[in-house]
Amino acid sequence: MIILFGLLALSLCLGGIGLAAFLWSLRDGQYSDLDGAAHRVLFDD
Amino acid sequence: MTAEVVRADTLAQATCVHCGEPAPAGHRFCCPGCAAAYEVIQGLGLGRYYRERVLDPAMRAPKPEPGARADLERHVAALDDGARELVLAIDGLQCGACVWLIESVLAREPELLHGRVNMTTRRLRLVWRGQAERAAQLVGRIEALGYRLVPFETSALAAAREAVTRRLLRALAVAGFAAGNVMLIALGTWVGARQGMGAATRDLLHWLSALIAVPAIAYAGRPFFGSALFALRQRRTNMDVPISVGVLLVTGLSLWQTATGGAQTYFESAVMLLFFLLAGRLLDTQARGRAHAAAEELLTLRGGDVVVLGADGTLVRRPQSAIAVGDRILAGLGERIGADGVVEAGESSLDTSLVTGESRPVAVGAGSAVFAGTLNLDAPLTIRVTAAGNGTLLAECVRLIEAAEARRSRFIVLADRVARRYAPLVHLLALGTFLYWVIVGGAPIADALLVGCAVLIITCPCALALAVPLVQVIATGRLFTGGILLKSPTALERLAEVDTVVFDKTGTLTEPELRLAGRPDRDALREAAALAAASRHPLARVLCAAAPPVVPAAGAEEMPGAGIACGAARLGSARFCGVDAGAGEGPELWFVRPAHPPVRFGFIEHLRDDAEATVARLRKLGLRLALLSGDRPESVSRIAAALGIETWQAGLRPRDKVAALEAMQTRGARVLMVGDGLNDGPALAVASVSASPSTAADLSQTVADFVYQGRALAPVAVAISTARRARAVTRQNLALALGYNGLMVPLAMLGFVTPWLAAAAMSVSSAVVMLNSTRLRLARAAA
Repeated sequence: MIILFGLLALSLCLGGIGLAAFLWSLRDGQYSDLDGAAHRVLFDD
Repeated sequence: MTAEVVRADTLAQATCVHCGEPAPAGHRFCCPGCAAAYEVIQGLGLGRYYRERVLDPAMRAPKPEPGARADLERHVAALDDGARELVLAIDGLQCGACVWLIESVLAREPELLHGRVNMTTRRLRLVWRGQAERAAQLVGRIEALGYRLVPFETSALAAAREAVTRRLLRALAVAGFAAGNVMLIALGTWVGARQGMGAATRDLLHWLSALIAVPAIAYAGRPFFGSALFALRQRRTNMDVPISVGVLLVTGLSLWQTATGGAQTYFESAVMLLFFLLAGRLLDTQARGRAHAAAEELLTLRGGDVVVLGADGTLVRRPQSAIAVGDRILAGLGERIGADGVVEAGESSLDTSLVTGESRPVAVGAGSAVFAGTLNLDAPLTIRVTAAGNGTLLAECVRLIEAAEARRSRFIVLADRVARRYAPLVHLLALGTFLYWVIVGGAPIADALLVGCAVLIITCPCALALAVPLVQVIATGRLFTGGILLKSPTALERLAEVDTVVFDKTGTLTEPELRLAGRPDRDALREAAALAAASRHPLARVLCAAAPPVVPAAGAEEMPGAGIACGAARLGSARFCGVDAGAGEGPELWFVRPAHPPVRFGFIEHLRDDAEATVARLRKLGLRLALLSGDRPESVSRIAAALGIETWQAGLRPRDKVAALEAMQTRGARVLMVGDGLNDGPALAVASVSASPSTAADLSQTVADFVYQGRALAPVAVAISTARRARAVTRQNLALALGYNGLMVPLAMLGFVTPWLAAAAMSVSSAVVMLNSTRLRLARAAA
């Protein structure tokens, strides 16, 4: 039974971290220029 | 055979090393600007640009253009930390190499804090420390490479759209997080119920689900709740009303079940429903936003900017809206006049086709009244502005358009029409089920409520709400890649219903530029073209294009407003060449040289290359065709006859075009109006749906439901057939969604639907609708 509590908390934490990471990347403008990102990779210097 | 001719031509014609445009034989560059740009790029050690770039012939070549600079300082914003910011739209951005080149050049500027190109939106954002005046220098650096930069101010509409997209994306993330976790817990309870899980554990899991689901629904459901509330306040209903009612009721019931220790909760259904719906809505907003932004950018770049002559003789570019009565403006050769006014200095002829539809140039001199939107053909003009804002021809057109657009906004999209009938039916059905179970079946109220809610979940129009936007997204995306920018959300549906296509003539069926008439003597043409190469006059350009390869004559000299002289040879107006000839049909150039009789080059409008094929294709789609033009009857009848269009009217003013369209529509016709002129604006607004080529007047592009790019007319036919196919798929989707409901609702009413069945049924029906929609993507572009 105790393991259930632990696992539930763990899964929620992991999901929460993912959500927070996504919201951060969204605020950081990482989705504002998807075309540019695809091309920039070819010109790294 | 043609292929060989083309090859021979390209061999004989050198191309400019920098911009890729034709260059004079034996030269590496087409102009000094390109040579300078090449020097700068090589000097900075960025020669890699030339190896990596891919020039797209459909785009503007990276050719530096001398001329007045835009008034930049007005657009520079001061940031909180004292830095300055300027956002510009870039014209001529071709590929990743351009991005690299611009950013590499900017990286060498010491004070620049941020100089980054956004390739999706084609914007350049500059942030620097120092004076606002630095802007001109920075922009000049990039313009010298051949790009054109225009200060860009995000319109309120675009900013709002961006905010909506971000809010949807955040809501989607929250809904996705909640759906994943709640579904996982729900799986546990379903399996646990078979393996004898204790009631206490089950309740714990239910509480945990509620803890995740309720805040998530409150947050992620807001786009739907807001829209539903708005509709209800207006005493209307839309698709969001049944969605909101369904989600809220299901959540409420599940909460109640959780609190009272009930066996079944539907949190996972509610959250998953929101997730699917948000995904559909986000795709919809993004696809449309992209097309809309592209159309907007087209207008920014073509710039309604006007060159204003200051009191001290300086030249400044200003947007049309910043022009005042009494300003003196300059209209250069080949430029559109920016405001209504009176000519103060200069003599020229004007192409008024965009304003009146008339294809023959009109001569103007000091004292002549000129209108905004006309094209200056011969020589620069100085114009004193007499009308700005209200009172201009433009303003009258705008008034007509506003009146017409109010009428068109009554169109209701198919999804909402279905929802309007569907929602009350569903709610009645759920209520009826509940009452039946209580009164006739004698069931406890809690159980009856559970069954009633199961009906609501099953009928919650998840598939229905996905059915329409998904098709819209795919169709809009397909049109977008074909260079057709859909601006109105309802345009696709209105386009599918069209049964009549009305064309404007000048610039729509015909090409915006004139062509050489007849087959002049080859030698005369070659010699005349050699002289014409010295001029930027539109007719001279046409002459050069007709006789490649052109070797410019040495010593050719242009007399502004008259013609070109080179030794004894002269090219220009009849008066300039000393030829005594009456006014000919249409614009003309005369060419005289020693020991030869004078040669006349006439110019006529030319049909777009695929006009005939497109007209034939439209006929095959079962559409009636008509031609409404402001031009003279002779030229209209010639074009109508060439295309076999029987219904045509000539000499129409904007008001007359509106009347003609209204007459057709009262007879029950659904009209697609295709036009490019200022004079077409009101007609475009009156028609049930409208289209403009991207070469059209700004006003027409603003009004038109879709704007198509490129030189072809074919996009009109492509758009109609895509719209019709989209309508067919939409109907199939609706039928699938309703059919699924017909199958599942009886089960729900009988009380057989358990939470896991509801969740599975919902996912399956959504998946089926999605798969059916992707058929539209697979279908071939040509119909």
